[in-house]
Order: sequence, then C-alpha cells, then structure tokens
Amino acid sequence: MRIVWFIVEKEFRQIFRNRMMLPFIFLMPIFLLVVLVNAATLDLRRIDVALVDNDLSQTSLRLTGKFEASDIFYIPRAYTSLEDAFDRLQEGSVDMVLNIPAGFERKILREEGAQVQILIDAINALSAGLINYHSQAVVADMNRELLTGVTPESAGAGAPAIEVSHRQWYNPEMDYRIFMYPGILVILVTIVGMFLTAVNIVREKEAGTIEQLNVTPVRKYHFIMGKLIPFWIIGMFEIAFGLLFGALLYNVPVEGSLFLVFLSGAVFLFLVLGLGLFLSIISTRQQQVMFLTWFFMLVFILMSGIFTPVESMPGWAQQVNVINPFAYLIRVFRMIMLKGAELAEVQGDLISMAIFAFIVLTSATLLYRKTAAG
Amino acid sequence: MEDVAVKAEGISKAYNGHRVLENISFQIEKGEVFGFIGPDGAGKTTLFRILSSLILPEKGEAFVYGLNVVDKYRDVRNITGYVAERFSLYRDLTVEENIRFFATVFGTTLSENYDLIKDVYRNLEPFKNRRAGRLSGGMKQKLALCRALIHRPQILLLDESTTGVDAVSRREFWEMLHKLKAGGMTIALTTSYMDEAAKCDRVALLYNGRIMKTGSPDGIADSFGLDLIQVRSQRLYAVKKELEKLPSAPSVSLFGDSVHVISGEKGLSLEDIEGFLKKRGFEDTQVERSRPGIEDCFLALSRGYKKKGTDGEGY
Repeated sequence: MRIVWFIVEKEFRQIFRNRMMLPFIFLMPIFLLVVLVNAATLDLRRIDVALVDNDLSQTSLRLTGKFEASDIFYIPRAYTSLEDAFDRLQEGSVDMVLNIPAGFERKILREEGAQVQILIDAINALSAGLINYHSQAVVADMNRELLTGVTPESAGAGAPAIEVSHRQWYNPEMDYRIFMYPGILVILVTIVGMFLTAVNIVREKEAGTIEQLNVTPVRKYHFIMGKLIPFWIIGMFEIAFGLLFGALLYNVPVEGSLFLVFLSGAVFLFLVLGLGLFLSIISTRQQQVMFLTWFFMLVFILMSGIFTPVESMPGWAQQVNVINPFAYLIRVFRMIMLKGAELAEVQGDLISMAIFAFIVLTSATLLYRKTAAG
Repeated sequence: MEDVAVKAEGISKAYNGHRVLENISFQIEKGEVFGFIGPDGAGKTTLFRILSSLILPEKGEAFVYGLNVVDKYRDVRNITGYVAERFSLYRDLTVEENIRFFATVFGTTLSENYDLIKDVYRNLEPFKNRRAGRLSGGMKQKLALCRALIHRPQILLLDESTTGVDAVSRREFWEMLHKLKAGGMTIALTTSYMDEAAKCDRVALLYNGRIMKTGSPDGIADSFGLDLIQVRSQRLYAVKKELEKLPSAPSVSLFGDSVHVISGEKGLSLEDIEGFLKKRGFEDTQVERSRPGIEDCFLALSRGYKKKGTDGEGY
C-alpha cells in the first residue's frame, strides 16, 4: 500500500508541474461554468414579428396591440405586402410573420370565423414550438374576449371559463442557468475523471515509463490505484469548486444535502475513472485516446438530457441512456440541488451507478492485467 | 550451476507470425560482462525484454540467478536492473525525484545505496534539480544506469545503452561498468558498436533471431579463420569500389582508415590485390595482411546470409 502512496505523490508532483494541467483544472471549469452556462440557454426572451395588417380595422389593431402588450413579442414595423414580410423571415431578421388578411373584422362581426396567419421560422424546432405556444396564447385570449364580449377591464361580468393558474416549482424564476448548472458540472467532472486519466495513463505508455515501472515490484493494481486516486481527488475538488462558484455567481442552490451531492459525485467519479482506464488500455497513442474519449463524451453529453429532455427522446434512445453515466448524475444532481431530493429518492440511481462503476473498474483492471505482460 | 547468472534454453518468440527469436540458448557466468551484438532487428531487444520479465517467451526457458523469468518474475525483478533502449524515465521529474521515486518503489532509499551508485551519481549531482527531459544524452544514460542500480541488483541488463551517446560519455560509461564488474556485478548488454563488443568478456553474435557464435571477442575472431587483407590508400572510397569488382573477394568493407578485404575460398595474395589496383591506376596503396577483429567477423557473417551489395559502410 505504501507503493500506491508513492505513486500518488509522484502523480501530483507531475500534475502540478504540467503547464497544461493547471489551466485544465482551474481555468477550464471557470470558463465552462461562466460561458457555457450562460450561452447554453434555451430561454426565448424576445420574438421579433413582421406584421402585415391588410385589414387595419379596430379588431385587427386590438389583436396586434395584444401581441405588443406581451413582454416577449416585439413588432419593429409593419409591412404592406406579405412578400416583404416574408423576405425578413427569409433573411432571419424576424422570427415570425403575423399576417392579418383584409376583411378580418368584417368576418368576425358576421360571425363567419376569421383567420390570421402566423409564419414561424422553424429552423430551431424548439424555439418554433415556443413561438407557436406564445402566439396561441395571445390569440386564445383575444378569442375569449370576442366570445364573451368583454374586455379585461369589465371582466367578471361575463360567463365563467376555466382558467389555468400555474406556478414554476423548483426553479421559480425559470432561470435557465440554474437548470444548466448541474449538467455543466457533470461535464466538468467527467473531463477530469475520464479524459485526463486516460491521457495520463497513455502518456506513460508512450514514454515507455510504464515498462520501467513494470520491472519494479510495482504491481498492476498499485499502478491503477496510484493513477486513479489523484484524479478522483481532483474530481472531488472540482465538484466543491463548482458548487461554490455556482453559489457565488448564480445563486445555484443546493436544496438537498451537500453530503449526498458529494457522495453521488464520488460514485460517478469511480465510474468515469474506470471508463478512462478502459479507454487507455485499448489505446497506444495519446491522439488515439483523445479521439476515443471525445467520441464517448460527445455521445454521452448529447444523450444525457442536459440540453433536451430525455423524456422527449425516442424510446431506443432512452434505453441507451441506461448505460449513459451522464444521464444518471445529471438527474441525480438536479434532483438533489434543485428539488432537495433525499437519499431515498436518488438511491436507485446511486446504486445503478455503483454497480456500473464496479463492473467497469473490475473489468478494466482485469483487462489491463491481461494485456500487459507480467 | 552456482556460477551461472543467466541460463537460456531454446527461447523462441514471434510477433504476428514473424520470427524474432529462434531457439536461443546461452549461459552467462556470474561477474561477467556479456555482450550481444547484432544488427538492428536481430532480436536483441526482444531477448532482453524476455530476460527482464516484461514479455513471455513462446518456447524455452530462461533463468536469472536460478530463477525462472516466467514463474518467479517478481523475484527476478528484484535482482535485475534493466535499462531500456529508449530513455524511459519521467522527463518532467528532476534527476533526484526520479531516483528517489524508483528507490521508494523498491522499498529502499538513495542514501542506503549511495555507495553503489556514487560513481555514476557524482556526475549527475550538479544537475540533480534539472528535469530529466532536459539532460544531455550522456547524462540521461547515466541517470538510467543509476535508476537501474538503485535496488542493488545482482545483474544489469543494458539494452543499447550507449546508442547515440558521444565518445567521451561512452568511455565513462564503460569505466563505470568495469567498476561494477569488479564489485561482482554481472552485466549483460546489447550493442551495435563493435568497439564495445571488444570490451566484453564474452560476446554472442545475434543474427536474424539466432545466435551464430558465442565466445571471447578474440576467440570469435580467430574461430572464423578469416583471411583478411588490409588496404590503405588516399582514395579509400574509390579503392573500395574497385575492389568490389574482384570476383574472389566476397567481402569488401570500408573501415576508418583502410579497406578490409576478406578473400573467398580461392584465396587472394597481396600481390593479386596490388597488381589489380595498379592496373587501375592506384599507385599509393599499401597492402598487408591483418588479424581480423570481431567487426570483420560480424560483417562477413552478415554477408554470408545477405547477398553482396548490402554492405556495412555504416560501421
């Protein structure tokens, strides 16, 4: 066991001496947490509308007034022809076209049922959905007024209708950054756990130093432990660093127990360290292992539900996520940090991660002993 | 048996179907400096990796101080100091940190073994805070030697340790080896420098994965029974080119200051060569018989297996 300690000591010495490693450990997290958390927002704060009002009636003005009154729609100017408005949509300077045809008011007064046309830039399907949702809400509001013949000012006198009152729980201000933060933190921990570990081990292979160790009494498991422990410690440090940073900068809460956050982080780290070890065994060059880890990280990240809800993925993709370590920890972190989940609520995920970690670490260790002689 | 440091019996090894070692057997006595010489690709490194328990032989057995390198690899590692062909210490650690780290993994310390390594380490001490990656070639090699000695091995396995090192450092290195030998250390090494082969007690010629001959450097040279004629001239290269046209001279090699001609079965007399060269306008030549060295044998040997034309001007 003393030997493991000597290797850990040597490892830290090398890590702190490496010009690449220190920025990786301190600057990259800050960059990720500041830039990515802010940039990777899916909030729709502003919808620019090109208006084509061919009716120019009282009713049509009331409708456009309703759009303008909402704090999300902006109508910079009106166009006389649909073509002009459409060109704006084409060039991307507006997000949607609101087309009110001539005779709009007349049809409503005759109770024939009038139509408005909404053209949405749907390159980003997600924001298109949101634009549609917000527009429908405005139009529905207008409809209700027309049907009951009331304006908001005289409301209460009209026929009762079902009103939905809603409130955002767990993230009351709907701050997207608070939702993103745990996810970014997971990416960060993985970079340390999987990427740095794998590259570090392959570096010893490339430099031939691993052979020099192999002709000493250092056993394979000494070597593996000596390699994994430093990065486990750094990974835990990154979690602490990230939580502190988040609390100071974005008021990211930790509603649940801090201990539980670290516990799940610790289990997760064992898992990704095992994956890193595994990748380092099948690679002989640093480039190779970098490519492999990036590939896995990309797949894991995109499927993890960090940007898009897992629930809206196709069934098979949700199945794949059973072996996606990111999906587990992002879920667990969000549950504990934002919802204040107790151990009972996350223990299923924790146990899965622990089993997964055990399998990966054991098989990687066995494989390692088999591939290198001695 | 007590005097045997290394014993190999019928070792064979192949990589991807390509034979690297073929039925290698030899014995190294304790306290001997034993050299394996052979061209690149002869299998020297593979052999040393087997002896140092890094890889397994396919067939055959090897014993280091009576310990089987496969079954008792851990004991073998404790009594063996292996220096790989490539510099393989931590370049980002300092000289001292490297030594101390490897001392600790062997469960020992620098000061405990200082007496053994002091001759080598003294040279390094001024640079002990320098990172290993920034040392010169000769210093790197001394550091690697220190590393290999730190646990007081009984045998050193040095794989091409002096390749790419300047002449002064090589001489110093050999002085250290002889001191270690005087202290009772067994030293096995590989080299492709022929002058180093002559400094060994015994050598084995390795060619294409086989041991062609084993013996003392002089003994090997004599056992070949080569008929060597040395030709000196101001225009060595031109002379060599001309002599290659001689049908009865199967081996013509350029040495530092002369051309060595080894005559074939028919034999060549000094007059034959002098006459041959005179006819072609070389007047200033001095032709004389000479005692073949191990390098001559080595070249002759490799020519016997390769065809003429692939000669060893590099030596």
